[in-house]
Amino acid sequence: MARARVLIRPKEGILDPQGKAVERALPALGFEGIEHVRVGRMVELEAEDPERLAELCEKLLANPLIEDYEIQTL
Amino acid sequence: MIWGVLQFPGSCDERDALHACTLAHGEARLIWHEDRDLGGVDAVVVPGGFSYGDYLRAGAIARFSPAMESVAEFAAAGGPVLGICNGFQVLCEAGLLPGALLLNQSMRFACRQVELIATPRDAFWSPGGPKSNERDDGSGERLSIPAKHGEGRYYAPDEVLDELEAKGQVAYRYAPGHNFNGSARDVAGVRNEAGNVVGLMPHPEHAVDPLTGSTDGLRVFEAVAAAGTPA
Repeated sequence: MARARVLIRPKEGILDPQGKAVERALPALGFEGIEHVRVGRMVELEAEDPERLAELCEKLLANPLIEDYEIQTL
Repeated sequence: MIWGVLQFPGSCDERDALHACTLAHGEARLIWHEDRDLGGVDAVVVPGGFSYGDYLRAGAIARFSPAMESVAEFAAAGGPVLGICNGFQVLCEAGLLPGALLLNQSMRFACRQVELIATPRDAFWSPGGPKSNERDDGSGERLSIPAKHGEGRYYAPDEVLDELEAKGQVAYRYAPGHNFNGSARDVAGVRNEAGNVVGLMPHPEHAVDPLTGSTDGLRVFEAVAAAGTPA
């Protein structure tokens, strides 16, 4: 089994209210100078056939209309 | 006519949908998500709720259920399909309707009465009212029905939105001042190109009895019934 990590993030240009909310909270905690916060999702998995991971991402793990994904084999 | 209302683990509006269907016309029955056989129904409603816990993305897992495979075939054959809220999300994830529903701009789950403007067209059924040639010029019939969701911000790329507008595929818009979730171009519901599959975020099935303040939702079900009644 190959271990892999899939990173899924909102496509550029799509409003990410979660990222905005995190960004707005930072100054109150004393973190200045941080911008363009985007919140995505990470999926860890083990696959017999890592070749098929892209298809898996396209069909289920990500919605290609609104999300980009990146597969990292570990 | 016979309506089929899908039921997933996590559905919560299927009972109101059954009630609305029978008030509109004929009889209605539940279709369990594991049933491949739709039982010869004349119209399908994919109801609201939180199918499969909305894990991953709302509607992402429900679209792979055996019943949804049959609904896709039913829709391809021209059968009328109405998706409400989570049902709309499921139909988008299944590729039966264009676009996607994102987290509300406010980040909050919201429950409120909203005004919609229906944009009927003459092909197939016209949500919100009788068939007409009315175009999407904001003069369409108005409906007051409730909305309740956390992920209802309609999104499609600009070029897709242009195409939907050009082809009359925007079925409902939020009336001015009512787009509470930040949907692109005030879109509250869309139809497929053929016009037999329609999805919307607000809930017509919760507005079918004077007791709840509005019966406007019934018109949506009556329009589906007009399309689904066997000749």
